[in-house]
Amino acid sequence: MRTIAEYLPEHPFFDGLDAPTMDLVVGCARNVHFDEGSTIFRTGEPAETFYVVRRGDIALEVHDPNRGGLTVASLGPGEVVGWSWLVPPYRWMFDARATSLVRAVALDGACLRGKCADDPVLGYALMQRVAQVMYGRLQDARVRLLDLYGSQP
Amino acid sequence: MTAGLAERAAPVDPMLPRRFHVVDTHLETRDTVTLSLVPEDGVDLAFAAGQFTMMHAFGVGEVPISISGDPAGGVLKHTIRDVGAVTHALVRAPRGAVVGVRGPYGTGWEVERGAGGDVVVVAGGIGLAPLRPALLQLAAHRSEYKRVVLLYGARSPEDILFGDDLDLWVREHDIDVAVTVDYGPPSWTGRVGLVTTLVARAGFDPHTCQALVCGPEVMMRYAATALVDRGVPPGRIRLSMERNMKCGVGLCGHCQMRELILCVDGPVFDYDQLAPLMDIREL
Amino acid sequence: MPESVILDPDGLQSLIERLQARGYRTIAPTVRRGAVVLADIAGLADLPRGVGDEQAPAHYRLRPTEDERLFAFAAPAQSAKAVLFPPDELLWSGRRTPEGGFSIEPGEPDGAPIALIGLRGCDLAAIAIHDRVLLGRASVDTHYAQRRRDAILIAVTCGTPASTCFCSSMGTGPKPGSGADLTLTELVDPHRFLAEAGTPRGEELLAALSSRPAGPEDSDAAEAVVAAAVAAMGRALDTEGLPELLSAGAESPHWSDVAARCLACSNCTSVCPTCFCTSIEDVSDLTGELDERHRVWDSCFSREYSRLHSGSVRTSVASRYRQWLTHKLGTWSAQFGTAGCVGCGRCITWCPAGIDLTEEVASLRELAAAAAGRSDTVPTDSDVLED
Repeated sequence: MRTIAEYLPEHPFFDGLDAPTMDLVVGCARNVHFDEGSTIFRTGEPAETFYVVRRGDIALEVHDPNRGGLTVASLGPGEVVGWSWLVPPYRWMFDARATSLVRAVALDGACLRGKCADDPVLGYALMQRVAQVMYGRLQDARVRLLDLYGSQP
Repeated sequence: MTAGLAERAAPVDPMLPRRFHVVDTHLETRDTVTLSLVPEDGVDLAFAAGQFTMMHAFGVGEVPISISGDPAGGVLKHTIRDVGAVTHALVRAPRGAVVGVRGPYGTGWEVERGAGGDVVVVAGGIGLAPLRPALLQLAAHRSEYKRVVLLYGARSPEDILFGDDLDLWVREHDIDVAVTVDYGPPSWTGRVGLVTTLVARAGFDPHTCQALVCGPEVMMRYAATALVDRGVPPGRIRLSMERNMKCGVGLCGHCQMRELILCVDGPVFDYDQLAPLMDIREL
Repeated sequence: MPESVILDPDGLQSLIERLQARGYRTIAPTVRRGAVVLADIAGLADLPRGVGDEQAPAHYRLRPTEDERLFAFAAPAQSAKAVLFPPDELLWSGRRTPEGGFSIEPGEPDGAPIALIGLRGCDLAAIAIHDRVLLGRASVDTHYAQRRRDAILIAVTCGTPASTCFCSSMGTGPKPGSGADLTLTELVDPHRFLAEAGTPRGEELLAALSSRPAGPEDSDAAEAVVAAAVAAMGRALDTEGLPELLSAGAESPHWSDVAARCLACSNCTSVCPTCFCTSIEDVSDLTGELDERHRVWDSCFSREYSRLHSGSVRTSVASRYRQWLTHKLGTWSAQFGTAGCVGCGRCITWCPAGIDLTEEVASLRELAAAAAGRSDTVPTDSDVLED
């Protein structure tokens, strides 16, 4: 059994951050879990958390009145969920639902924003990493839009 | 120059098709059918996983189709998607129909090169069909490989091919299968996302693995890049390329990609050979 | 090395008659509709006596010479390609059977064996290249093989290269290389032919004709013909490092430049004696009972050439011209061991836009040299931001 302080530095998202910087991050972290089927966050609600997924699968969804929840992306272990805590208006843009038991480390958004304001080095490092995650999600979405497996030109 | 031509035995004409009878036709998805064929002359067509044949619909024409059956033997299978006049005719061929087959042609997946290490197979859309013989070979010789992982991306759940095979490979052959779709309806509880994003977190050792990739060229580029980013050497990634083919035997010139003649030098190549060519537009 | 002999024009006529008596079609240069082409001839009288040609980019004219020479022109409009590798060849014909299957009958090349008379060095070299491409690899074009096996090749030294010729640069002429059964050099004063056998079949042909051994003045005259032709050669192609230049030049701005002129009409690939690309067509009839498989000439200049089900790979003319030139002068050697070009100059003569590949290569070299000395940055505009 490991503590958050032991686990977090090994997570790919935090790769390359030095120990003092990691201490700042760990100070905003707490251990959480979500039962299978439960809602992690809802569209429009205040976004104050950033989740580092340890175990389990999460579906990022859009709710359509006619069709219910439509999945736009599947996220899982090793990935991070949520960046709306970083950019105004700090509200979730999607629903997130645990499709299996999810264990995660939750990082408090206000806490992290405060520490980034005080420590630009931390701020820049987190921004870089979040940007990289967003870039990967954007590429995934864009290439899916090409409908490469579709049958007609 | 032509010295010796008169003395050589008359060369075999590679353009004459062999007749095969359709013994089964299985609708895989709304536009894709698997034909099971037996040779009229009783001589089975032996092939290596990854090879293709030139399939002929009488009176319509000929197209290259990858073999999707078991290289260890059995009835000859081709999984065909309806995208043009010839494939339309083949997809609609009933039991008992006679089709022409020339081949097998081309280079194969060379699955054996992965022996002793992990094998990761990345398939996009109809790309799973040319990879099916490789997966059957991996399943049949499972103990020769360490971890075997299949990452399969389809357009939507109803476009997923070979669902029974996928279940079997998981249940009985210790193959890790991750399926993802570009778009999932509300009833779909599985993964949604591009198959290439599965590469980053799939469970395999990039330094000792052999990767096999097949799908639309754009998807293969991203998949190969994702594999290289994870540390797989480009020479250990094999891709199956596609170009216009008319003869299948290196005589008509159509399938050239620079100096590579796809039907003879390929269609399966190591990524280190392909990477510089794939960057040049309209090559 | 067998001795050279001298044939007089009657001897050449006699050779033609003997070939015909043995059942050969005699195909030689002859004038048809204002051009010299290779076609069936009845005798010496059908050869282009006193005919010369003027060839330049997008320009071909016949003009009378002042003498009796039969071969006083450069490359005929069509090469031997159309004879040995016809534009449309029936590979097989199939017919549905009552049981639901179909039967197949291989197509047979038209019966008579062929004797090609008057082949230039460039065209002779092109036949050797086709032999390598169509016969020398794992899969063989059996229809070409059948025609080729019995063909008799009689070459002729070129004494009058055109301004578009550059066989010297490609090592294929003006004196024909090896591979012909007989090589003739036309001499004047008196009008005669120096004949050299290149194969046992050629020796056998010569032995049956009345001739006299060639003397020193004949050999000297023959060498003078070659020397004069070399000196008069119209163009040159710098072949130094061509494959590397072309492969490195894939993104050269030059391709857009030539694309602005090129019509993608595929004249060049039609007249080129080494181009071999074909398409396979299944031709049926209204009843659907019949299926004829034809091999027809195709061209990489066609947009359809690279079509996959969702579109063509080479949609721009620039990419198609790049493909043709890079293949012909570059990747061909990696595939087949020689350059693809024999220097006949037909692609220059018969291009309606007058595109000259020797100039295109020179432009590529200049651009490559200039690019090597330049940095890649985007030039900066002034500080005032324009609309």
